[in-house]
Amino acid sequence: MSAMTVVSAPKQRWWNRIAHPGQFVAWTRPLLWPLVLCTALLFAVGLWFAFFNSPQDYQMGDTVRIMYVHVPTAWLSQFVYATMAVSALGSLVWRHPLADVAMKAAAPLGASFTALALFTGSLWGRPTWGTFWEWDGRMTSTLVLLFIYLGIIALWRAFDDQLRGARVIAVFTLVGAVNIPIIKFSVDWWSTLHQPASVFRADGPRMPGSILTPLFVMFFAFTFLFITLQLKSMHTEIKRRRVMSLERRAVQGAADA
Amino acid sequence: MIDLGPHALFIVSAYCGVALVVAALIGWTLLDARRTERRLADLEARGIRRRSAGPAA
Repeated sequence: MSAMTVVSAPKQRWWNRIAHPGQFVAWTRPLLWPLVLCTALLFAVGLWFAFFNSPQDYQMGDTVRIMYVHVPTAWLSQFVYATMAVSALGSLVWRHPLADVAMKAAAPLGASFTALALFTGSLWGRPTWGTFWEWDGRMTSTLVLLFIYLGIIALWRAFDDQLRGARVIAVFTLVGAVNIPIIKFSVDWWSTLHQPASVFRADGPRMPGSILTPLFVMFFAFTFLFITLQLKSMHTEIKRRRVMSLERRAVQGAADA
Repeated sequence: MIDLGPHALFIVSAYCGVALVVAALIGWTLLDARRTERRLADLEARGIRRRSAGPAA
C-alpha cells in the first residue's frame, strides 16, 4: 500500500517541474528583467571598449573593430543551432513539451544572427581582403546555415498541427546539424581567405588583452541578448499554443451548442 | 566621435546594420508577445478557459 503511494506521487524534480509550460513561465518570468539589465550593461561596456578603449590593429587599423560584432554574431549563428539541435533531441527522445517551444522560438533568432554574421563579415572582408564575398568553405557553409534556418522557419509555418510539425522539424534540424562541424573545420580543410581559429586554441589566444577584452564583453552581451529574447519568445509561444487550444475549444463549444 | 580612419564607412555600416537588426528583433519579439497576450485575454474574457483552470466565473 505504501509502495502504491510512492508510485502515485513521485517526487518532482526540476526536470518534471519545468516540463509544465505554465510552471516554466511562472518560474522564468522573474528572470527577464535582470537579463535585460545585464544585456544592456554588457552592451554599454562592450561598445565603450570597442570604440574608445581598444587599439587599432597593426595591420588592419580600425577595421578590427568590426570583429566585435562579427565574431559574436558568428558564434551565435552556431550556438543557436546547437540549442535547436539539443531541443530537437529533447523533442524526439523525451517528448519534452518545452523542447518544441524552444526549437521554434530559436529559429528566427538564429537566422537573424547568421544574416548579421554574413553582413558584418562581408563589410570586414572588403577593406581587408579586397572582396565582399568569396565562395570558399567558411562563407559558403555559413550561407547554407542561413538557408537551413529559413527552411526550418518555413516548415514551422507549413504545419497546422504544431505537435506533428515538431517531429518532422526535429529530424530536419538534426540532419542539418552536420553543417555545424563543417563550418567549424572549414578553415582547416579548405584553402580560404578566412583566418583559422584564433581565440579558443590549445596554445592560448593569439590576440593581445586590449583586443580580447572588448571581444569577450561583446561576446557575452550578444549571448545574453539571445538568452533574453529566447526566453521571451518561449513565453509567447507557450501562450500562442494556449490561444490555439482555446480557439479550438471555442469552436467545439459552438458546434455542440 | 573618434577618427575611424579610411574605412570608417565600412565600420559604421556594420554597426548600424547590427543595431537595426537587433532593434527589429527586439521590436518583433515584444509585438508578438503583446499580440498573443491580447488574444489570450480576449478569449478568457469571453469565458473560454482551459479545463485545468476550472469553470468560467
